Parts: sequence; structure tokens; C-alpha cells
Amino acid sequence: MSTQHPVVHRISSGEIIAVAMSGGVDSSTVAAMLREQGAEVVGLTLQLWDQNRLAGKPGVPTRSTGRCCSLDDVYDARRVAESLGIPYYVVNQQERFERDVVQPFVNDYLAGRTPIPCSLCNNHLKFDQLLLTARQIGATKIATGHYARNEYDERRGRWILKRPADLAKDQTWFLFGLTQDQLAHTLFPLGEMTKPEVREIARAGGLALADKPDSQEICFIPGGDYKQFIANYLDEQGERVPDSAGELVSTSGEALGHHSGIHNFTIGQRKGLGVFAPNPLYVLQIDPTSRRVTVGGEAELNRPSLLVHRLNWIGIASLDAPRRAEVRIRHSQQPTAATLEPAGDDRVRVIFDEQQRAVTPGHSAVFYDGDEVLGGGWILPPETTL
Amino acid sequence: MDANATTPLLPDVLAAMQPYWIEHFANASSIHQPGQEARRGVDHAREQVAEFLGCRAAEVVFNSGGTEGDNTALRGLLRAGDHFITTAIEHSAILTTTAHLERVGVAVTRVAPLPDGRIDPEAIRSALRPDTRLISVMMANNETGVVQDVGAIGRVASEAGVVLHIDAVQAAGKVPIRVEEIGCQLLSISAHKMYGPKGVGALFVRRGTQIESLVLGGGHERRRRAGTENVPGIVGFGQAAEIAQKTLADGALDRLAALRDRLESGLLARIPGCGVNGNDANGGTVARVANTTNIRFDAVDSEALVIALDLKGLSVSGGSACHSGATEPSHVLLAMGVDKARARASLRFSLLKTATDDDVDTVLEIVPAAVERLRALTPAFAGAGA
Repeated sequence: MSTQHPVVHRISSGEIIAVAMSGGVDSSTVAAMLREQGAEVVGLTLQLWDQNRLAGKPGVPTRSTGRCCSLDDVYDARRVAESLGIPYYVVNQQERFERDVVQPFVNDYLAGRTPIPCSLCNNHLKFDQLLLTARQIGATKIATGHYARNEYDERRGRWILKRPADLAKDQTWFLFGLTQDQLAHTLFPLGEMTKPEVREIARAGGLALADKPDSQEICFIPGGDYKQFIANYLDEQGERVPDSAGELVSTSGEALGHHSGIHNFTIGQRKGLGVFAPNPLYVLQIDPTSRRVTVGGEAELNRPSLLVHRLNWIGIASLDAPRRAEVRIRHSQQPTAATLEPAGDDRVRVIFDEQQRAVTPGHSAVFYDGDEVLGGGWILPPETTL
Repeated sequence: MDANATTPLLPDVLAAMQPYWIEHFANASSIHQPGQEARRGVDHAREQVAEFLGCRAAEVVFNSGGTEGDNTALRGLLRAGDHFITTAIEHSAILTTTAHLERVGVAVTRVAPLPDGRIDPEAIRSALRPDTRLISVMMANNETGVVQDVGAIGRVASEAGVVLHIDAVQAAGKVPIRVEEIGCQLLSISAHKMYGPKGVGALFVRRGTQIESLVLGGGHERRRRAGTENVPGIVGFGQAAEIAQKTLADGALDRLAALRDRLESGLLARIPGCGVNGNDANGGTVARVANTTNIRFDAVDSEALVIALDLKGLSVSGGSACHSGATEPSHVLLAMGVDKARARASLRFSLLKTATDDDVDTVLEIVPAAVERLRALTPAFAGAGA
């Protein structure tokens, strides 16, 4: 492994760097690269969820084969650490994961929103908790296998977050919540690399998992049936899924049918509506109060603007006046031109140049200036009903 | 400082085992002379272990270690419909087996400890039922070091005519074991906790006790445990038992207790907000094995502390490792009524019998600094003035 890649953070000797190791090829390669550069590396895996916890409940195999914190992944991470000769530990953060990720995930769906657990996990576990644990054990920085770049901008006196060299792997949409302290103490060694290069380094370094497939699903819901997960989780807590059945209505308020609960829907959803119509119908709006789910044609999914709250700023300290930016409202989307406007305390209005399809409350809107992440926030339900 | 996890071989033990790998490699069940040579090693070891326990050689059944002994005692005896009494502070070899037996129809009473970690023999008596078939109690606890009054428990059992199993894995080599004085019918020990090899142990089975073998096959160990004898392991175990017997008599444990006490009082004096788990109401300590202390450091995450200390070269244990290697709060401390936060903030120090004053000095230097560092990083504790 002789390839040298620029790392914006300089590693000083004697400095301990904690690498968040998931057992995947990305974080394993990070550990190998930092080791190669002479850093004192400690591998940490966060144990976030017990895959066997809901075993035996409907739709859950008695022995789960899910990805998150599975024994296979821990084994893979441990084998990499062993081959690199670095200390490696599994850290139990199940309680915090349940409190900060799983419960908000369930509550969001029950409130008619569509959550992004990966962003919550990044904010609370992968950066906040991991950096705390790293400091507790005597490390000064953490390193992760995310595809993103960070650097210090002296002119602004701020740490900035940038999209990675490999835009196809860009994970900045999930990272908009990073604080200045977190950015200042985090290394993203893969930021300048492409995934094929990472696999090549892993292969050259003899990492057995160089060809391991990427993970895709929500890690604590193997199989991806979130509705079943919510029912099982609430059942385990001695609760039931609250009755949120209600009417399916058209944009003109005409009742089209009944639904069995608002948590079964997400904005833009077409399947499973149980309504026959000449043209395809899509979920346009979910109102937790009236339990009404409004459906309509594809064109009606488009929105000219949206409102976000619970903001985090990275490239700028605050938004004091309207400015131009590019915005992503989902991970799979390219940034699209918009104007950001301050909209009161901890709120920003995003006015798109072109209307956007399926604006989803509970998701995040992340603001960019070219390659750079300005900040972002969580999408609120629409201000006016349809 | 983690001798309760395991111990190194003593050089004399290694020397005793040496001829049995290559030179006297024969199967101890073979009738030819090389087989007889191997058999001689096993028989000698059986006498050494019998001497160590104060029983007849024929009452020693060699096996793979403490977990197998515990499993054999419980599963070899209990049947659906039986009642079984054990305690809430047993090793997982007992607790997991107990949960399994409960699922297949054995009624179970788990006696809770007193807050100081002792089991009240009268609480065992109160749990007796006409259908009680077996009582199983550990002699010394692996986490707190607290030694139970097994003689009194033995009297309760014999008065009731109930079979008694003692898990003496952590007691062996630390306190004298005389099966006659205890009055038990079954008792488990393991070689690697007493400076012998891993993967070998013994179950004392009092003559006349009807118990089924878990491992079926040939007629080894008087048909009580099938499988080719682990001759080198058994020979090493015998040698370790003989040396342990001498250690119990030569005052070495008094020296160890003095070191442990200096470590304990040193930590208590240097670190505010800490205390010993396994104390009586007057602040003194209950009977404990000489090498163990369990200390809680308020407002410290022991999992992070274990890692921080490990990176400084000090091996200790905090709680029990779950399947992935992450730490769960100690079920022993929780059963003693220690709250979850404090159970999570507790560390076990267990000294090897080769420990020196220098070792204790190192602990007294490293631990206070690490605890202080952790507390400074703990939001709730930093600035609390302690």
C-alpha cells in the first residue's frame, strides 16, 4: 500500500486516532491507511442494536441475519484489526441508539413523518458519542469511512465540509449535523478516493473483505419491513401501535377510502393505497391530527418551497439574509438551485427555482454552495393544507 | 490485574505437561504399555485433584472446564417437574443453563443476594419445596470475590435431603475446599483459574450420586464423561492443584490480601466518589477471596475506562462481555441492588498471585489519572466539583 493520498488533517506522532470500524471495506481501509501513515490507531465498533432482540416476533427470524452490529460484521472488523495489529474494542451504545435513533424513528412514523435514521445515528452516535468515547480512552481524533471531505478555512475561521471526489458515493447529505468541534476532530481519509480505489487498496493490503458488498438497508431492520418493526418494537415495550386509521381524501377533500394508520404512508408513495383510480395516485400529505392522508396525481406532488427547522450551519455561522444555494432533499438527488430565506427562530424557507417532487417531512434538506455544505435542517410539514 | 478471567501456567505445570505431548502421547484408554504410561499420568493427576478437594480419587470426573461441570451438574440431574434453587449472582454457565431448564419444565427459584453480596443460607431454606431436587450456589463470586458460607448452605441441603452443587471455579486455589466440610454432592472446578491449562476441569461427584453424563460415547471416566482424555491438560491440572494446595498453606494468600487491601484503600484515598462493591453495612468488607476487589467510580463509564486503562497497559474487567464483545452491566452488581449507572461504573481488579508492590503502585498511578480524565469529559460530572 504505497499510494499516498492527501489527508487534510495532519497526524502528529503519538496521537491516537480511533477508527470507527463497521466491518465493511470502507472503514477497514481507513484503518489500514492510517496505520500505513504511521498513526497510532485504535479500532472501535459501536454495538448499537441486538439483532436477536425482536427474534421470534412476526416476520422476524428466530436467528437474525441482519447487518447492524451482527456478529459477522464484528468478526470482520476484528479480523481486520488483528491483521493490522491494532487494539480493537466493541463499545456498547445500545441504550443511546435506542433513545436517540430507534425511538425517534418510531415516533416520526407515528406522527406522519418519514425519518432518516442514518442522519440521527451520525449526529448522536457516530460522531457525538464516538468522539466522546474516543476522548475518554485517550484518543484525540476519530476517523470514519464516510465519503466526504473536511478542511479548515482560515479566512472564515471555520471547519468546512465538502462533497467527496467520488460524487457517486457522496454521503454529505447524512452529515449536515456535524458541529465545528466534530469536524475539527474527524478524519475522512476516503474523501479524495473513489470506491474502486478503496477496494483496490483493501485488496493490495490483503484485507479479506475487499469485495464485501455495500450495506444498503436500515441497519436495525433487516429485510426492511419498517411497519412490522414498529409493531414488534411497540409490542416489546408493552404498547400497541396507536390507532391512527382515517380517511384517504382527494385534494378537493373528497373521501376516496379508508386507511389503517398514517404510519403506513410516506410522501410520494404510490403502492398500497387501496384506491382504484384511472390515473396513478400518490400520497401528497399526511395530517396526523385529522389522520387524513391526501392523495392526488403526480403533478400535484411538486412543491415550490419548503420550511426547515433544527438547523445546523457548517460553512456559514448563520443565515442573516436571503442567499442562493443548491439544495438536496434526499440522498439520491443532485443539488438543485434554490434561494434560502431566514424564516424566524431556527427556521429557513427554501424556495426552489424549479418545483420539487415529494417534499418529505422528517427528511432533511441540506444546503450546498458548490462542493461545500453550508448547513441543513429537518423538513417541516407544509405550512398550509392543500 | 485480571486474574479472575484466567491465569498463566506456572512453569512447574508446564514442565509436568511437557512429556505428555510427544513422548507419552498414547491414548490413556489403550491397553498397551504406552497407553498405561498415559494412564499413569491421568491417575496421578486424579489423586492430586482428590487431595486438593478432600475427596476420593474415584469421585473426580475430568472434563473440559467449569462450564461443562456446571452443565453436567444441572442437566445431568434435573428433569421436568423438579424444583431447583440457585442464586441471582451465579456465573452465566449456571444462569444460562438454568434458563434453558426452566424452558423445558424445571421450576426455578433464584435467591437474591444481600446488598453486600452474600447469600443468606436461611433464604435458601425458605426457598425449599417438597419437590426441590437440587441446590446450586457458587462458592466465591467472580466479580466481587465475596465468599459464601457454603458450610451453612450444605447443612440446609443435607437437612432437607436435597443434592447440593457448588460452583467452586473462582474459589479454587483462593480458599480451601473440603467437600466433606461443605457436605455437597457435586462441585465444579476449572484448571485455568488456578494456574493450570485452559480446556480442562473436574466435577466432584460424591459416590452414590446418580447423575447422567452429558457427553455420550465410550466408557471413559467411569462412564461419567465420554471422550478421549486430555492427558497433557489433566496432568497439568493435577500439578496446578498440588501447587495450589501448598499455596493455601504457605501464607502466600495473606501477602496477596495485603496487596489487594493496599490497592483498594489507595484507590479510595486518591479518587473521590468511589466505593467498594461487596461491603457490609458498617463499611467493613465481608469475607472475600484474597485477590479480588470490585470498585465503583461514580460518573464513569467503566467500558471506556477499561479501554483507556488497557491502552496504558493495565488489564482490568468491567461488567460481563456480551456476544459481540461489548460490555453489559454486571448482573451480579444489579442483583445486589447496585443501580444501573453505578454497575456501569464499576471495575474488577483481580491480582495474580505473582503480583508485586510495583504492580499496585502502577495501578495507583494510572487509574486515578484515567478516572479524572473521564470525569472531565462527562458532561454531567465536569464542574460538579468532585
